[in-house]
Amino acid sequence: MNFIYSRTYKFLVALPPILWVSLFLLLPYLMMFLHSLWAVRDGVIVHRWNFDNYATLFKNPLYLQVLFRTARIAASVTLLSVLLGYPVAYFLSFHAGPRREILYQLVVVPLWVSYLVRGYAWKTILGSDGVLNGFLQYLHITHGPVSAILYSPFAVVLMLTHIYTPFVFLPIYASLEHIPRPLVEASQDLGASPRKTFFRVILPLSLPGLLARATFAFVLSLGDFLAPLLVGGPSGTMIANLVQSLFGAAYDWPLGAAISVFILVITVALLAVTQRVEKHWSFE
Amino acid sequence: MTPAAPPIAASLAPGATVLEVRAVSKRFGAREVLKTLSLEIVAGEFLTLLGESGSGKTTLLRLIAGFEQPTAGEIWMHGARLDTLPPYKRGVNTVFQHYALFPHLNVSENVAYGLQAANTPKAEITMRVNDALAMVRMEEFAAAKPTRLSGGQQQRVALARALVNRPELLLLDEPLSALDANLRKEMQSELKSLQREVGITFLFVTHDQEEAMALSDRIALLRNGALEQVASPREIYTRPATAYAAQFIGQTNLLRADVRNGIADCGAFQFSCSRDNGAVIFSLRPEAISLDTDSLRLADSVRFSASIRQGIYSGATELLELQTTSNLVLRARIASRAQLSGSHDFVFSASDAVAVSE
Repeated sequence: MNFIYSRTYKFLVALPPILWVSLFLLLPYLMMFLHSLWAVRDGVIVHRWNFDNYATLFKNPLYLQVLFRTARIAASVTLLSVLLGYPVAYFLSFHAGPRREILYQLVVVPLWVSYLVRGYAWKTILGSDGVLNGFLQYLHITHGPVSAILYSPFAVVLMLTHIYTPFVFLPIYASLEHIPRPLVEASQDLGASPRKTFFRVILPLSLPGLLARATFAFVLSLGDFLAPLLVGGPSGTMIANLVQSLFGAAYDWPLGAAISVFILVITVALLAVTQRVEKHWSFE
Repeated sequence: MTPAAPPIAASLAPGATVLEVRAVSKRFGAREVLKTLSLEIVAGEFLTLLGESGSGKTTLLRLIAGFEQPTAGEIWMHGARLDTLPPYKRGVNTVFQHYALFPHLNVSENVAYGLQAANTPKAEITMRVNDALAMVRMEEFAAAKPTRLSGGQQQRVALARALVNRPELLLLDEPLSALDANLRKEMQSELKSLQREVGITFLFVTHDQEEAMALSDRIALLRNGALEQVASPREIYTRPATAYAAQFIGQTNLLRADVRNGIADCGAFQFSCSRDNGAVIFSLRPEAISLDTDSLRLADSVRFSASIRQGIYSGATELLELQTTSNLVLRARIASRAQLSGSHDFVFSASDAVAVSE
């Protein structure tokens, strides 16, 4: 037998990824999980096994409030980026004609700009003496700067939508491109207007891709840490910021770990569900 | 088999023109795919657009279905302009080359699609879908998803999906090309009897001349975006208008002759003809040539001797490649017999040599 079919070879090939995943994924998760079952006594982490951290998470209204806000923000971002990304993808795939290439690049270009730079850009736009306030005063819609625009959940939603719309657009575009054009022609041939064709053929066929991408945007927004830090303010704090402060200034690693485990479980459950639904919907 | 409800097309007087293609041209950039083409389709007929790939046959079909717009010219249906209407407002339906069944709908939902688009009452949809599925013998697959079906079954569903709408004209874009040879033969005869049964006018596109001959009432032979000949299979075979038509439909020998005073001279032999002086091309089918035996006496027989270069045996008949003393190469199809070789005398009837244009 050839060397490349041997067990040793297969093992050697699989070893680096296995090591990588074990060291940098499984081990940290295990540590995190263990920490979530420990406690802090007099500023020291003690290995006293308990579920108090999880109980705190559900009993303390602050954590629940932040958790719900985070879910709300993530859901808004998902909805908005799909509402923005889908029509653009549809237009590009079906109606853009020769301009398609340029329009595609225009949508994708923001991806080349650093996340941080885009965050700071939103700060300058939304701030008290920012571009938006200046514009509103110039039009005499407002008199004096409105400080409520920046440092609000709204600003977080705005920034995250801006960041994730291209991410949502790309795969939707790909799944629309994947729809065989004879199906669209067949629909029209059978007497369905373009509107009917969209709702009865194009939309149903693009749903699996759409669902996968919506989940993607939701999960990434759920765990986002920078957007609330840059433009969120106290009213826009999300769960990741809470975890950060618990691991930092508050020095309550066990509680931080418990929250992280909780988020992780939600995320994995969500991904598992959408994957199953997607498989069920898949027509290949 | 449940008989289908009477189609609209049946109410038309047979022989009436269903569709008229008037001087249609189609250009894709610099490429002229159709060159001022005119064609009339008669109610109830099975008309085949036959041509090589790139001859423009599929483009013509797409123009009629409405997926492409003509660069010039008009298409009319029952005295009304068709080419200005969007595809979903045309009374034609298409059977696509790869069926184009909706993968997210099951078989009966696929068949019901057109009726639903037309807001047909639910009870009527159920009835007509069942009838259409019965017509193509696919009732037991009503709830199946198209991906679970074989090619032939998908083909039947695609037919039912188009026919259930009772179109005045059914367009079929090489619908059998994706099937294997045996299934193809089976579907050919099914298609033919189905067309007779429903009485709907069929416009069928194929590159397969045998298929065209077997199915069609008339064949429209396309070459480089122009019509070469439109005629019944028999006529196109026995009286090909052009050298291309003679070669494309069946096999033939093209004889380049010099005509002088009613005598065509091919070098190896001469025969009388009613053509003016000058160079003329004659088409002579291989089966028109036979071995010269005493029992065979033809009225205007032309004799020549040739050596057999090669024989291709195909059971009942055998195709001989002949070379005359003047190096003219001819093919003759004769009834199979003991293996032949060497030089022999051959004969054909001058009336079988059909003058064709270049």
